[in-house]
Amino acid sequence: MSVAIVGAAECDLGQTGKSVLELQTQAVTRALADAGIPLSEVDGIATNGISRFSATQLADYLGLQPSWSDSSFAGGAVFEMYVARAAQAIDAGQCRTVVISFASNQRSARSRKLAGVVEEGTPEAAFEAPYQPLYPISYYAMTAQRYLHTYGLTRADLASVAVAARARAQLNPAAWTYGKGPLTVDDVLAAPMISTPLGALDCCLVTDGGGAIVLTSAARARHLPQTPVKVLGYGEALTHTGMATAPDLLHTGAGAAAARAFSQAALGPADIDVVQLYDSFTISVPLGLEALGFAKPGEGLHATIPHNTGGGGLAYCHPGQFGVLLLVEAVRQLRGDSGARTALVHGTGGIFSSHATVILGVDR
Amino acid sequence: MTPEETWWEATRDQLLLLQFCPACRRYQHYPRFVCTGCGGHDLEFRAAAGTGVIGSFTVVHRAETPYILGRVRLTEGPVLLTHLVDLPDPHCDLPVRLAWRAQPGGRHLPVFRSADDGL
Ligand SMILES: [Zn+2]
Repeated sequence: MSVAIVGAAECDLGQTGKSVLELQTQAVTRALADAGIPLSEVDGIATNGISRFSATQLADYLGLQPSWSDSSFAGGAVFEMYVARAAQAIDAGQCRTVVISFASNQRSARSRKLAGVVEEGTPEAAFEAPYQPLYPISYYAMTAQRYLHTYGLTRADLASVAVAARARAQLNPAAWTYGKGPLTVDDVLAAPMISTPLGALDCCLVTDGGGAIVLTSAARARHLPQTPVKVLGYGEALTHTGMATAPDLLHTGAGAAAARAFSQAALGPADIDVVQLYDSFTISVPLGLEALGFAKPGEGLHATIPHNTGGGGLAYCHPGQFGVLLLVEAVRQLRGDSGARTALVHGTGGIFSSHATVILGVDR
Repeated sequence: MTPEETWWEATRDQLLLLQFCPACRRYQHYPRFVCTGCGGHDLEFRAAAGTGVIGSFTVVHRAETPYILGRVRLTEGPVLLTHLVDLPDPHCDLPVRLAWRAQPGGRHLPVFRSADDGL
């Protein structure tokens, strides 16, 4: 594979009062400026969340007529899937410069609903909706309950994830909780209960925000201003939409997705310097780090691999589909002075429904 | 009737149906037009024993009266999303048994209560 990420940027984050297309435009144009590539050279677009024709809509708005696009929808994991599709399309010669972007104004628009959306005609509408699960929180809550039960842990153990995320966000001026001071385990335990064992501070933020990355061939990347971040491997796994489908709550698709990505990259967990994984809820972090191979089952809370360095969805920004910002942060880490040479990015969508892993690397 | 309609109609008689595939001798839930074990279409309905264990649960607090949502693994194998009722101290791996909650129009909703509550 010979494709690299050559540009990355956030749009405005937090509570912006801006429209989705204004935020999308910010993300795309800032990422292109970072890449040193003019807008007119973009011939591939991958995005969703704008309208039914999201990629086409964004192309229209930006005045582009791309030769490749992807508007797949798989929740927050899809941006890692877009990386795979984009790398394939560039390798195949279908396009040369791809922008992957997402933006949401869900906080400003107050569009997030705690009960979620049940789509009529689905088995979930018939067999699960009568029991009024909160979507997606109740699924993560049942997973957390099972996790604590299986390993003899408590809510306080899980709360340490939120405490650590807040601490990392205090080093990131772009984070929603930057400057809000540290969180204690007691703070997390005292927050309003939503769906046991998960309280309000076990849940990711609800903010506006988004970002974009720019991909092109590794050959061309050598002539661009930024250190090329090479795509070394990718893998995916779709497992379920229903809350009763997965036979084992603690066995998510993350392991299969990561195994596929590691295999393609010919790397293993020991070769990875930094991880960005989708921390939709506190439970997602230990369970995810275990599945990705960075801790033994039940020991994810003690994993030592640096992860979610910007504060993650729990403390930095969560615009509804966080996956694109995982990629932006991974690029930042690989270009920065942390010395990291490899990064693993793992996106998750729905109720651990869809999983996608991307492994990135730089030559240092 | 679709498999879904057959399933709901049986709840009028407080019968919890599961689809059974004679070819691979496997139960599945929710009911559908295909066996997810072998891809076959010749599925039959059988009544579940009504016993199982709590795989996991969550007390949902975003309602006037909190309720307990649970994943119950039936003795036959499939997992149901359901409510756990009359359970002051729910915990994972607790044995439970089937109960019914009447719905408007004569159908019933399967819920589960403790297996050894003496009732
Ligand atoms: Zn079968």
